[in-house]
Amino acid sequence: MGAGRLYGAVAAGAFRRYATYRAATAAGVFANTVFGLILVYTYLALWDERPRLGGYDQAQAVTYVWLGQALLAAAAIGGGGFEDELMERIRTGDVAIDLYRPADLQLWWLASDLGRAGFQLLGRGVVPFAFGAVFFEVALPSEPLRWAAFLVAVGLGVVVGFGIRYLVALSAFWLIDGTGVVQMSWLAGFFCSGMLLPLNVFPGELGEVVRALPWSSLLQAPADVLLGTADPLPTFAFQAAWAVALLALGRLVQSAATRRVVVQGG
Amino acid sequence: MAGLRAYRLITAMWIRSTMAYRASFVMTTFGNFAATALDFVAILLMFSRVDALGGYPLPEVAFLYGLSSVSFGLADLAIGSMDKLGRRVRDGTLDTLLVRPAPVLAQVAADRFGLRRLGRVTQGALVLTYALWTVDIDWTAAKLLLMPVMLVSGAGIFGAVFVAGAAFQFVAQDASEAQNAFTYGGTTLLQYPPTVFGQELVRGVTFVLPLAFVNWLPAAYVLDRPYPLGLPQWAAFTPPLVAVGCGALAGLAWRAGLRTYRSTGS
Repeated sequence: MGAGRLYGAVAAGAFRRYATYRAATAAGVFANTVFGLILVYTYLALWDERPRLGGYDQAQAVTYVWLGQALLAAAAIGGGGFEDELMERIRTGDVAIDLYRPADLQLWWLASDLGRAGFQLLGRGVVPFAFGAVFFEVALPSEPLRWAAFLVAVGLGVVVGFGIRYLVALSAFWLIDGTGVVQMSWLAGFFCSGMLLPLNVFPGELGEVVRALPWSSLLQAPADVLLGTADPLPTFAFQAAWAVALLALGRLVQSAATRRVVVQGG
Repeated sequence: MAGLRAYRLITAMWIRSTMAYRASFVMTTFGNFAATALDFVAILLMFSRVDALGGYPLPEVAFLYGLSSVSFGLADLAIGSMDKLGRRVRDGTLDTLLVRPAPVLAQVAADRFGLRRLGRVTQGALVLTYALWTVDIDWTAAKLLLMPVMLVSGAGIFGAVFVAGAAFQFVAQDASEAQNAFTYGGTTLLQYPPTVFGQELVRGVTFVLPLAFVNWLPAAYVLDRPYPLGLPQWAAFTPPLVAVGCGALAGLAWRAGLRTYRSTGS
């Protein structure tokens, strides 16, 4: 199948592209490890005060911290995905060239983002996670099936993350300068994904609301699958529903946006 | 001093150019404010479930948070753009700064001066005000005097970390994230009580990278709390000395870094 090969090549290209920034990757691993260390101690103090807070024991809370550090770059929770590049192409008008290519704009960027996420998971995620597992008491499953389910949840989370960031990037068609939108989306992502604090620690109604939003697919959902505090199948269904909804909305906005494209003469 | 004059002129230029787009300035400043406020929201969420963290109640944690945030915010406002040095080394644009008749450090420090960073200072100052309002302190003349001294010294210590981090980027050009681990990581660490962290970590940020002198030690004096690592009481009054010492070491590191600079030749 030709199309499959094309998008596979795009993903592989993105993987290789991020793999060339070795010093940046090493610096990122270091930063994730340091932040993980700080967070682990604050979580331990929190769980010392309130054992079994949010249904986690201490080992599970510690595991959650290192999962967050491992997935931060892969799911682009703190930004740093493809969106800056796409917004720049929209701003300069280069996107017109992309639209003439015999490839679908959304699928092209999705493939590229999946390649990026794949590298970030291996290059930036594994080492901080391994550091955490070696130096702290963590709760990791021994069944391979649970690990497989975790990887599926991570993959679905990355697609949901892409869906959100694609909409953010498309806003540049209307706004020209999307700095504000990017920043707001970053804040929402950090707060609602569980990066700041596990969502099951959020009090009352607030907790229920954030758990129903798409961002919970990025970190909370994979974490709960790995920690065994959520059933995999309903979790997948939740993530897949958001992925489909966001991708469909992205298509809709894309077709509205491309009708606006006016190629500047020159 | 030629350095200060150059710094003043360049920052004034950047402020003027920022003010040309006022709406954008207001938005990014608010974004800066909101992004840093998120850290404090995390602390508030924690305190919605517990009464103390590491033995410190909310007003005392807010006190530590406010001191750390304002000190770091001032350093970040003054020279926070220094983490962009790696890019200038990579693309060779540092050459432009080398041929100008002003100290390179002053030019790099003032480069892309971001007035929006007032957002962080404002946020920290608000939390500090809240803390001073609610915390129970037996004010004495010494304690009152120590307040401005520790804010300025803290900014000096963080400033030294910024300069040392930039010096490191002469060698590792892609490693700005490693610098973030010490700057942003450092301020996050200091927002929590020292009792939360492991003894080794506390020892490291007292004797190796002396961040503890930003707030932990002087605040222990103001709050009448036990000193971390059982240090003597006079240690609370050493932050100015530590700041000067750090500044001198960072200056040496900067000179050494600048000497290793080889232009890209492009």
